[in-house]
Amino acid sequence: MSPARQQLQITAASPDPALLDLPWHIPLEHWPAEMLAALPRGISRHIVRFARLSGRVIAIKEIGETVAYREYELLRQLRRLDVPSVEPVGVITGRRSPEGEPLEAVLITQHLQFSLPYRSLFSQSLRPDTATRLIDALAVLLVRLHLVGFYWGDVSLSNTLFRRDAETFAAYLVDAETGDLHERLSVGQRGYDLEVARVNIIGELMDLQAGQFLEEDVDAVAIGDALAERYADLWRALTEVESFGFGDRWRVKARIDRLNDLGFDVGELDITSDLDGTSVRIQPKVVESGHHSRRLMRLTGLDVEENQARRLLNDLDEYRAATDRQAEDESFVAHDWLTEVFEPAVRRVPRELRGKLEPAQIFHELLDHRWFMSEQQNRDVPMKEAAKSYVKHILPNRPDEEAILGLQPGDLRDTVPIPRITDEIASPDES
Amino acid sequence: MATVTFDHATRVYPGTERPAVDALNLHIEDGEFLVLVGPSGCGKSTSLRMLAGLEDVNAGRILIGDRDVTDVQPKDRDIAMVFQNYALYPHMTVADNMGFALKIAGTPKSEIRQRVEEAAQILDLSQYLDRKPKALSGGQRQRVAMGRAIVRQPQVFLMDEPLSNLDAKLRVQTRTQIASLQRRLGVTTVYVTHDQTEALTMGDRIAVLKDGILQQVGTPRDMYDTPANVFVAGFIGSPAMNIGTFPVLDGYANLGRARVPMARDVLGTLEPDDKNHITVGFRPESLDVVEATTPEAIPVIVNIVEELGSDAFVYGSLTNEFGHADAVHSGAGDAQIIVRVDPRQVPGKGETIWVRIRAGELHLFHAGSGERIG
Ligand SMILES: Nc1ncnc2c1ncn2[C@@H]1O[C@H](COP(=O)(O)OP(=O)(O)O)[C@@H](O)[C@H]1O
Ligand SMILES: Nc1ncnc2c1ncn2[C@@H]1O[C@H](COP(=O)(O)OP(=O)(O)O)[C@@H](O)[C@H]1O
Ligand SMILES: [Mg+2]
Ligand SMILES: [Mg+2]
Repeated sequence: MSPARQQLQITAASPDPALLDLPWHIPLEHWPAEMLAALPRGISRHIVRFARLSGRVIAIKEIGETVAYREYELLRQLRRLDVPSVEPVGVITGRRSPEGEPLEAVLITQHLQFSLPYRSLFSQSLRPDTATRLIDALAVLLVRLHLVGFYWGDVSLSNTLFRRDAETFAAYLVDAETGDLHERLSVGQRGYDLEVARVNIIGELMDLQAGQFLEEDVDAVAIGDALAERYADLWRALTEVESFGFGDRWRVKARIDRLNDLGFDVGELDITSDLDGTSVRIQPKVVESGHHSRRLMRLTGLDVEENQARRLLNDLDEYRAATDRQAEDESFVAHDWLTEVFEPAVRRVPRELRGKLEPAQIFHELLDHRWFMSEQQNRDVPMKEAAKSYVKHILPNRPDEEAILGLQPGDLRDTVPIPRITDEIASPDES
Repeated sequence: MATVTFDHATRVYPGTERPAVDALNLHIEDGEFLVLVGPSGCGKSTSLRMLAGLEDVNAGRILIGDRDVTDVQPKDRDIAMVFQNYALYPHMTVADNMGFALKIAGTPKSEIRQRVEEAAQILDLSQYLDRKPKALSGGQRQRVAMGRAIVRQPQVFLMDEPLSNLDAKLRVQTRTQIASLQRRLGVTTVYVTHDQTEALTMGDRIAVLKDGILQQVGTPRDMYDTPANVFVAGFIGSPAMNIGTFPVLDGYANLGRARVPMARDVLGTLEPDDKNHITVGFRPESLDVVEATTPEAIPVIVNIVEELGSDAFVYGSLTNEFGHADAVHSGAGDAQIIVRVDPRQVPGKGETIWVRIRAGELHLFHAGSGERIG
């Protein structure tokens, strides 16, 4: 019998014909190693594998048919709502083995490039603030999800992917299986998500400790508790009602500035004054994250993470000041900065090192490196020189993070050694 | 251990007019296994989520034991949502996988070990406690996940379609496991499903919902023997009950040529909005196949015979010749009825058989309101 006896049904917004070439008649667990990309994964219940497809990598998850369609639809909605989440590719049903045995449906998502599963980020030499920065990123993601009415139901480190974002991380949702979109979330739903997150995070950290990937004396419970605190602070800043006297109207602008600083734009702000006009109440109604990344996108067309954008915008400002062009239209200056500063710097990275980090992250590290060099040598090191040193001394020692390799192909069980990404800030070794 | 009470509990979603759950009154006994069942969209999950604290209650109250929890946060309600979604930690032992939530809560080590051992005993996992999950079978892993909920010793377990992800065979197996586990633990359990067979086989009592309104609550036997209205009659039982609405003439319900005598006290209860009609229900297993010449016999043209080994069912059409065929519907569709027949004597496709409703196995309902008569 030939596998052609399957009646595959592919649901996808823009189906790639190459999908048909993958061995859908074989249970995912038994796919030949040469088809797979050996990338680390979080803890999961379903069988998940990464495969190469038309020059990219896709994540394939075997899961019940109804749930597959549901998760696919939810992920599409989340993308439409502009929440950081993995991109759904499609659902395939109707799989059968050559013996005619029905096989489980699969949900396919685009492998998130440069994403780091938490298990690669934690290591024996965990810098205390790595945990804090991961938790901060997850808190931002959770607030953003809750603001659009998404109840996650299974918040965990395993269900989140992290990407570097300047000196911080940006978190992406990877598993929407238990989620639900609502008009607005109840306090109970938000509270439950937080409690689930807390218990899951602590459990995941304790698991790393049990496997000796994380030092015994790291306080897993404190890290879990920190999420709830970070979340509450951010939620309050974004949604809280603020009252002040009529004379203190500068506070409207101050509130907007504060939200911008947190990376959010204010789409709608409710302002009410009481009847006798002595006090004013303001409350943000619509806030949208990506204040800096949207601005950078508008000025340069670069699509980067929020804190990378902040860093790049700062450099743009410095460039503007250094070239004495404050009076000029910002978009002209931005264009020149892009072609004279950003692009030449990033182009200095040889092709074979480009899989290490994203261009914007490389630029961020370059700025750091130039700063270190300038400090050490007590002079203004030009970008060109800094880039040369960075490419020679720093970047080659970084792991490939576009698609972390490190596992032996074929050996993909969850208990294999986890490749470790240490998080030392690169420091120059030339003096 | 605790009772659960829904007291006129109502949920209206923002932007909608009709309540998703409308003044639900339901009292669940301590240790009881109660199944919420009904078609998709009837409000089962909303009811469960109100109990869990995930959905605001717009009117009414929810009590666990004597405690009004209407405004209490989910984590403070002492309930456990039993997830179908479990992921075990690969580096932790089975015991730690079960007990880590207690460790977080600061429970003393010796007590954790004791509770884990008790749970393992019940779950038949005692000899695996010091192993890693990798060494377990799929079913055992699922039991470890159950163990996580059990060691917390919550007042109430909540389960929302926990079997919907499993294939048919595993579903039947797990169904019995969950039911017997619940009986052994004696923890009050509220279980949601759209599958009436699951409800009948698992629940101590079943609550049937439709359009957010509680239709009936009772034991599986109650629901089967004395459905409170036409909806419950048609929903509970597989294959479904045959139900039709017929005119009442001279003390008989006229089913075409067949006539079914109506008792005087039944006739007395008819109301103006019944418009002199009555709704009659009879289960496939309440029909006898009889000779064509038997008085009141109903002819049925055989469309398909479904043979299930111990049972056989005829899916047949009523003939218009005998009037009002369209008035009847069943699990097989309009103008169709289902008849259980002797599996050793199945009729052929296209044949006509004659059936008669067994005495005392008729269900009567008001044609107007759909409520049960008697
Ligand atoms: N699109 C993706 N990009 C990168 N990693 C992914 C992707 N999809 C899944 N993964 C990895 O696979 C793991 C399991 O996927 P998940 O959807 O959480 O499965 P489950 O529903 O079984 O929990 C995740 O923790 C993540 O590490
Ligand atoms: N978050 C929501 N927002 C608005 N309407 C909802 C929401 N959740 C459910 N509903 C509606 O409430 C009704 C009951 O839904 P639900 O409780 O999920 O039913 P069931 O679990 O029985 O399928 C349905 O009409 C459904 O469309
Ligand atoms: Mg997951
Ligand atoms: Mg999942």
